Amino acid sequence: MNEFLVSNTESIPGKTIVEFYGVVTGSTVRAKHVGKDILASFKNIVGGELKNYTELLQEARQEAISRMLSQAKGMGANGVINVRFSTSSIAQGAAELFAYGTAVRVE
Amino acid sequence: MAQLIATLIMLLLTFVTGNLIERRHYKKIKMRETKFKDMLTTNFENIPYDWNASEARLVTSNVVISLDYFKRFVANLRKVFGGNIVTYEPLLDRARREAILRLKEKARARGYNAIINLRLETSQIANSLTPKQTAGVEILAYGTAIKINLNNDNTDVKIPIPEPLIQ
Repeated sequence: MNEFLVSNTESIPGKTIVEFYGVVTGSTVRAKHVGKDILASFKNIVGGELKNYTELLQEARQEAISRMLSQAKGMGANGVINVRFSTSSIAQGAAELFAYGTAVRVE
Repeated sequence: MAQLIATLIMLLLTFVTGNLIERRHYKKIKMRETKFKDMLTTNFENIPYDWNASEARLVTSNVVISLDYFKRFVANLRKVFGGNIVTYEPLLDRARREAILRLKEKARARGYNAIINLRLETSQIANSLTPKQTAGVEILAYGTAIKINLNNDNTDVKIPIPEPLIQ
């Protein structure tokens, strides 16, 4: 088996779907770091990008994706299609990052 | 009295710096948008039949942008009288365009030349409008990066390249 294919379209160009394994999900809940929050609150006065938060969320989302992929790999799939993301704030200062898609076997 | 003066100084200071940051960001965005003018980006779910596409990969990018003190102050005033919160509009616009640009940069760095099924998602990171607490919006952009062969013999259909958004 070569590369694991991930796409947010319903099909993968140049490949055909031979088997469906159903929906796979992955999520993670992250709270922000105190130090990062202090830095962010400074940035919050002058405006602009909160780089720390951008990185934090990026890492967390990557974690959610890899959890989703490991679930798919466990099913014997070699690709996940139609991936969607969703974010919700669970509590003050914590966010849930959620990724879901359909595990498939492509050829 | 001292507090009032401090607030006024803060408002003036953040009005200047906030606008400066915003203007600089817009300048950068416009510059990069013209650089990525030839990168085809659509929110179609499937690839148009005449695009000779190969390889696909999910790409994601995100950005968290916060408001400055002055803008939040104005927004809080607006909430009393109602109407458009004008100071928030460029914020979201900036964040979205930045996220899309980052997505394109990522795709291009990996050798892809088009993005299909682009999706945008907005979420509030810290739900606070009071000037003292952190508040920001996160924009997530994701799509499928593909490689398309534009110099294909059987494509006599010319794909129009859209003009970048000017503001």
